[in-house]
Amino acid sequence: MHPVLKTVLGRLAMGFVTLFVVSIIIFSSMELLPGDFGQAVLGQAATEETVAAFRRELGLDQPAIVRYGQWIAAALQGDLGTSFSGRNASGVDRSREVIDLVAPRLQNTLFLASVAALIAVPLALILGITTALYRNSFFDRSVNMATLTTISFPEFFVAYILILFLSSLYPIFPSLANVDADTQFGERLFRAALPALTLTLVIVAHMMRMTRAAIINLLASPYIQMARLSGASPSEVILKHALPNAWAPIATVIAFNLAYLVVGVVVVEVVFVYPGIGQLMVDAVASRDIPVVQGCALIFAITYILLNLLADIIGIVTNPRLLHPK
Amino acid sequence: MKDKFIDLQTRKLMTGSIDRRKFMMSVLATGLTVPAALSLANRAEAATPKSGGLFRMGIAHGSTTDTLDSGTSENHFTLVNGYTFGNHLTEVGNDGQLVGELAESYESADGQTWVFNLRQGVEFHNGKTMTSEDVLASFNHHMGEDSTSAAKGLLTAVKSLKADGKNRVVFELESPNADFPFIVSDYHISIRPAGDMTSGIGTGGYIVQSFEPGVKSVLKRNPNYWKEGRAHFDEVELISIIDPTARQTALMNGDIDAMDRVDLKTINLFKRNPNINIMEKTGTAHYTFPMRLSVDPFDNYDLRMALKHSIKRQELVDKVLLGYGAVGNDHPISTANRYHNSDMPQREFDADKAAFHYKKSGHSGKIPLSASDAAFAGAVDAAQLIANSAAEAGIEIEVVREPKDGYWSNVWNNDAKGWCACYWGGRPTEDWMFSAAYTNDTEWNDTAWKGTDGSKKFNALVKAARAELDDSKRRELYYECQSLISDDGGAIVPLFNSYVSANSKAIATEDNVAANWDSDGAKCVERWWFA
Repeated sequence: MHPVLKTVLGRLAMGFVTLFVVSIIIFSSMELLPGDFGQAVLGQAATEETVAAFRRELGLDQPAIVRYGQWIAAALQGDLGTSFSGRNASGVDRSREVIDLVAPRLQNTLFLASVAALIAVPLALILGITTALYRNSFFDRSVNMATLTTISFPEFFVAYILILFLSSLYPIFPSLANVDADTQFGERLFRAALPALTLTLVIVAHMMRMTRAAIINLLASPYIQMARLSGASPSEVILKHALPNAWAPIATVIAFNLAYLVVGVVVVEVVFVYPGIGQLMVDAVASRDIPVVQGCALIFAITYILLNLLADIIGIVTNPRLLHPK
Repeated sequence: MKDKFIDLQTRKLMTGSIDRRKFMMSVLATGLTVPAALSLANRAEAATPKSGGLFRMGIAHGSTTDTLDSGTSENHFTLVNGYTFGNHLTEVGNDGQLVGELAESYESADGQTWVFNLRQGVEFHNGKTMTSEDVLASFNHHMGEDSTSAAKGLLTAVKSLKADGKNRVVFELESPNADFPFIVSDYHISIRPAGDMTSGIGTGGYIVQSFEPGVKSVLKRNPNYWKEGRAHFDEVELISIIDPTARQTALMNGDIDAMDRVDLKTINLFKRNPNINIMEKTGTAHYTFPMRLSVDPFDNYDLRMALKHSIKRQELVDKVLLGYGAVGNDHPISTANRYHNSDMPQREFDADKAAFHYKKSGHSGKIPLSASDAAFAGAVDAAQLIANSAAEAGIEIEVVREPKDGYWSNVWNNDAKGWCACYWGGRPTEDWMFSAAYTNDTEWNDTAWKGTDGSKKFNALVKAARAELDDSKRRELYYECQSLISDDGGAIVPLFNSYVSANSKAIATEDNVAANWDSDGAKCVERWWFA
C-alpha cells in the first residue's frame, strides 16, 4: 500500500478512537457540572414543578449511561441531536437541531479563521525565511522582537490596542464584528478585519520562529555546505535546498495554529462580539445545553485530528525518504 | 394667561398644527424676546418625536437558549425584544402609572371578577384581527399542569377565564386581588394569535425580521401599529453584547446607539466621552442578604437584629455601587413603588445596638456568609465590608466564597447555607413582591420566614391588602407589612441598585423615563427616537 494512503487510513482509525474517548470525557464532565438545564433556563423562576416538567420532557430523568448510549448511537448516524433550548411542553416545539445552531456559527468561525490564516501563514513564512536569510541582522532582531512582543501580550490586550488605534482614534474599522447570514462578503471582510488582525498578531510569531529555526538548523548540514560551494546564492540555498527539507516541522506548527484559530478564539470573539462557535459553546456550557456542548466538542476534536493528519501528509509528501520507503 | 397661551402654541407646534414661523410670531406677540422664543421653539421641536432611522442597541444579556416564546423570557434581551413585537393587556407607563394597552379599559366591582374590554380593530402582524379568543389562548399558554411558562406561578390565582363576546374577557379569581391589572402587564404574558404562541407574531410596533438567539434580533417598523406616538424608528437591531468593555467601546465608536448596564468601575472615564449620555434610574431592583430562619442560628430574632444593625449601608452604596444606588431599609419596597413606607426611620449602623442584640441572642462563634459575584457584581466585596463593620460590634462573620456556577441551585434558597447574597429585580406592586419572596406559600421565600408571629401577621395583612380596593387603607396595610419584614423578617436589604444605562446624544426621550425596568421600562425601542 502507498505510504500516504496507509498513514491516512491509520490516522483516521486512530482519530475515530480518539473521538470516542473524547465523547466519553465530554459526556462525563457535563454530568459533573452542578445544576441542570431546567434550572439554568428558568433561573430564579425555576419552581420544582416547572423544572420537573422540563426534565421529563428532555429525558433527563433517565440514567446517564442510557442517555450516553442514545446520544452516541445518533451521533454515529450523523445526528447530533436537538438543542435543549426552545423546548416547550404546552406550545409548538421550537427547539433547534444542534446542527442548525452550530452550522452558521461554525461557518463564521471558519471564515474568520481563513481570513486570519490567509494573512498570517504567508506573512509568517516570508518573515521566517527572510529572517533566516539575514539572521542576526538588524532586520532579524527587530522582526523577532516585534512578533515576540505581540505573542507575549494576552489576546484581549492586543484586541483593545487595535480597537483604540484603528477604531476609536482613527475610525477605520468597526469595533463590533457582529456579522450575520445576510452580510455581504465585502462587508463581512470589513467587519472581520480587526479580529482577523488580532489573531494574526497572536499566531504569527510561533509559525515564523519555527520556520526560521527549521531552516537555520538545516543550514549547518553538509549538503547545504555543498550547495554553497557549488556557487548557489544565499536565497537559492534556502528556497531550493533548505526549505523543502524543513516543510515537515513547519507544517506541524501551522496545523497547530490553524486548529487554534478554529477552537481557541473565544476571547477574541467576545471582545469583538463575533458570533463564532467558541461563544456558542461557552453559552451552552453556562446554560447546560448538553447536546450543543457535545456537538461543539466533537467538531473541535475532528478539527484537530484532520489538521494534524494534513500536517503529517505534507511531511510525508515533501520527504522523499518517507514517500518512497525501501 | 400668558403662560397658558404659550403652552397652547407650543403644543400646536409639537403636533404640527402650526409651523415654526407662526409659532415665533405668536409667542413674540406675548412680549417674549427673540432668543427666548427661539429656545422655546427648539425645545418644543426636540421634544417632538421624529420617525426614522436605524436604532441599534447593545444588551448585556442574551443566550442561545432565548426564544420568542414569552413564557420562557428570563433576561433583559428577551424582555426588550418581547416588548418590541408584542403587546399586553395593560402596561406600566413611563410615569409609573398603569394604563390599558390591548385592553382599552378594565374594571372590577369586588376585586375578584375582572372584566377587560379589548381594544377593537387591532391587527396581528399576520393580518389577523385580535379578539378575545387570542387573549384566552395567550393566557392558557401560561396556565395548566403542563405549562413550562415562568409566569405559571403568577396566574395560579386565576380560577377561570372566559370570553364575553369578541371584545371582552372576564377573569374569575380564587380570591380578590386589587393588583390583578398589574399582573397582566407582566412581560411574560404577551398577547399572541391563538395557535401560535412561539413564532414571534404579535401586535407590537415592530415586526420580527430575523432572530438569532444569543446574537441579535432584527426588526422593522409595523406600519399598522395601533398605538399613537410610539415606535418611531424605521428599523431596529438588538445586539447581544455581554462583555461590558465591548459594549461601551461600541457605543463610543458609534457602532450602537444605546446600551444597558454601564460598568460602574469605568463610568467616570466613560462619562467624559462628549457623544454619550448616562441615564440613571432608581427602580425596584435591590440586593439582599437573606438569612434563613430554618437554619440555626438565624431563627433567633436578636441575632437577626444584631446583624441588621451591623451594616454600614451608605458605605456599601458608595463602595459597591460607586454611588449609583440608594440605601435600603431591610424590606423590598422601593421609592419607585406606590406604597413605599417613608415614615419608617432609616436603619443605620449602630455598634451598641448590634452588640446588645448579639449578647441577648447568646450566640458565639463565627457566622458563615456565602457570597459569589453570581449574586450581583461586587457581592463578595459587599460581604467583606459587612464582615468588617460587624467586627466593630464584636460579631465574627466568615465570608465563604461560593462558585458562580450553580449558585442559584446550590447556595441560594437552600437549607445547606443559612445566609447568602442575592439580588431581586423587584416587582411593580407590593403584593407581587411580597408574594414572590416573603409570603409563606411561595417557593422563593428565600428567608424561610414562615412560623414566627410576625410572619403570621404579615401573611394575614398581605391577604387583606390584596382584597382591599380602598387606596388609603391599602397604604396603611402595606406600611405595616414593610415594618414587619424589616423587623422580624430574615432579609437584610442594604441596597437598591440604580439602572445605569447610556445612549448616544442623538437619542431623544420623553421627560419621563420609566423606572420599572432598565432601558425605560425595557420599552425604549418603542418610546425613544432620533432627535
